[in-house]
Amino acid sequence: MKAFPILLAALAPLSPALAENDACELGRPLISAEAALPRAAAAVAERHSLNVIVLGSGSSTLPAPTGERAAYPARLEAALGKFLPGVDAKVVTKIKARQTAAEMMEQELQRIEEQKPALVIWQTGTVDAIKGVDPEEFRDTLDQGVAMLQGDGVDVVLMNMQYSPRTDAMISITAYTDNMRWVALQHDVPLFDRLALMKHWSELGTFDLYDASKNTDTAERVHDCIGKLLAGLIAGAVKQPAPAAETR
Amino acid sequence: MPVPAAPAVTAVAVPSTRDLRLDLFRGIALWLIFLDHIPSNIVSWITIRNYGFSDAAEMFVFISGYTAAFVYGRAMRERGFVVAGARILKRAWQVYVAHVFLFVIYLAEIAYVSKNFESSLYAEEWNIFDFLKQPDVTLVQALMLKFKPVNMDVLPLYIVLLVGFPAVLWLLLRRPALALAASAALYALARTFEWNFPAYPSGEWVFNPLAWQLLFVIGGWCGVGGADRISGLIRSRIVTAFAVAYLVFAFVIVMTWYFPRYGYLVPHWLGELIYPIDKANLDVMRLVHFLALAVLAVRFVPPGWPALELPVFRPAILCGQHSLEIFCLGVFLAFAGHFIRVELSGGPLLQLLISITGIGVMIGVAWLLRWYQALEGRGPAKRSRNADFAGGDV
Repeated sequence: MKAFPILLAALAPLSPALAENDACELGRPLISAEAALPRAAAAVAERHSLNVIVLGSGSSTLPAPTGERAAYPARLEAALGKFLPGVDAKVVTKIKARQTAAEMMEQELQRIEEQKPALVIWQTGTVDAIKGVDPEEFRDTLDQGVAMLQGDGVDVVLMNMQYSPRTDAMISITAYTDNMRWVALQHDVPLFDRLALMKHWSELGTFDLYDASKNTDTAERVHDCIGKLLAGLIAGAVKQPAPAAETR
Repeated sequence: MPVPAAPAVTAVAVPSTRDLRLDLFRGIALWLIFLDHIPSNIVSWITIRNYGFSDAAEMFVFISGYTAAFVYGRAMRERGFVVAGARILKRAWQVYVAHVFLFVIYLAEIAYVSKNFESSLYAEEWNIFDFLKQPDVTLVQALMLKFKPVNMDVLPLYIVLLVGFPAVLWLLLRRPALALAASAALYALARTFEWNFPAYPSGEWVFNPLAWQLLFVIGGWCGVGGADRISGLIRSRIVTAFAVAYLVFAFVIVMTWYFPRYGYLVPHWLGELIYPIDKANLDVMRLVHFLALAVLAVRFVPPGWPALELPVFRPAILCGQHSLEIFCLGVFLAFAGHFIRVELSGGPLLQLLISITGIGVMIGVAWLLRWYQALEGRGPAKRSRNADFAGGDV
């Protein structure tokens, strides 16, 4: 066991201390730059407002004491304010732990439609994979849900699972990620590929995602970056084709 | 390390010579499955699933069907339905025991990992350990093959295929074409009406036996003489050209998955037609992809190819000849490799090391098994030992 630290030093990826913003920036190439959100763009252009609902399960929030303030929906709201000056951007969350896509569809989607947001971020996949929901049913649920929302004039961004190296061998997610990608393609919906993003960070050594301890610092920084990158994707998609001077 | 070929194997009469190509490809499939089972393994970029629709699972099921029919078919012809059937069921039992053994190892690992897992980032993923809280349900469901952790789906499939195999083999020996037609009909029905076995806690089997049986029976059909019947067809130019064209097509499509910016190059109607490619029910796209690969393999690696005796192929052949043991070992090594990687928070270099070491261990154990076999070889009758040895290994 004494050899462990040496081995670790030899084999662990290089992890230079990166400034926080740079850490987020490292993920930018994985975020689609050409995403289109026509309905949200219309709301921004006509009413100067952007109401976003985050529909998700446990990985869209952080447990207390860190809590909601540090989770990506709150970070998204803050970043949207910066990226879209003059636009009243609000982010509301509909988050319940252990909810499958079908449960969200049943319990939340109707109510969300009534609230008429401009955009729904639909984070899902993990719970379905853990429970082993039939991937085809999962796909059908997403397919219907996205069609419903779009039919009501609401744009959708799908967000897939977190990359979790420790449970990587225990949750079989490929069928679910593939189906999410497929539904996104079918409905011309941007997919925020959180899985690829976090894997990228892990491989670069930006964040130590292997850490199993209660350390909340990494979790907060990861959520902060996710919020910022998501805001970048949305801001890029809703902006008028005017000169793109805002890109950082 | 080169080992002299066991005399018991090579000394069998000509029509029943063991086809080393089967062992070679099965050995390679075992390595690929091992590499694919290590999550996020950079080395798995070399495996075939990244370059086409089908993966090592198809190779494995097909070759297993082939060898099972070949070995037990001979037993059934010579000693009758009851004896051969009993031996097939005994094999199914061995596979079941192997599966339960692997499950216990898996449980041990997961229980250990869950103890030290407090990360707030992964509170959601932590739910995967829920099943540890109710061992009564979990264990019973696992013994009933309904609860199957990740990567433990192949052996249950194989158990079901073996249990049904005595009847299938009986028909294959009498009316091979009818057996093939019945199998294809079941495949079509299962896909049309979405028949599958239920899984726990929800969903269905990841490898639907009612669909995957088709590949096993095609393998079996080839194993009882079908391969000779269609050898002219396989070698025809048209078939080869079609196989090459299809493999190129699959390669191009798969590349658009990795470079999504070129996704638009796939016309919408084509996407509608081929997606989603359904692994659980052995999608037709996958089946054809595998058959195309098989056609090329048969064409370019002729039976009795002298190079098969070369030392470079020896390790893969050895692994292929002990496939049940090496398969189980591979699943275990994939768990263990992942565990080591997580504990050391290792990067790509460590993955490479784990992958190479794992394959090395597989070869070493296969060699050891061969050595044991040679030791025991003096006792029991040659033939039955030979059959078990070749036999219906996964």
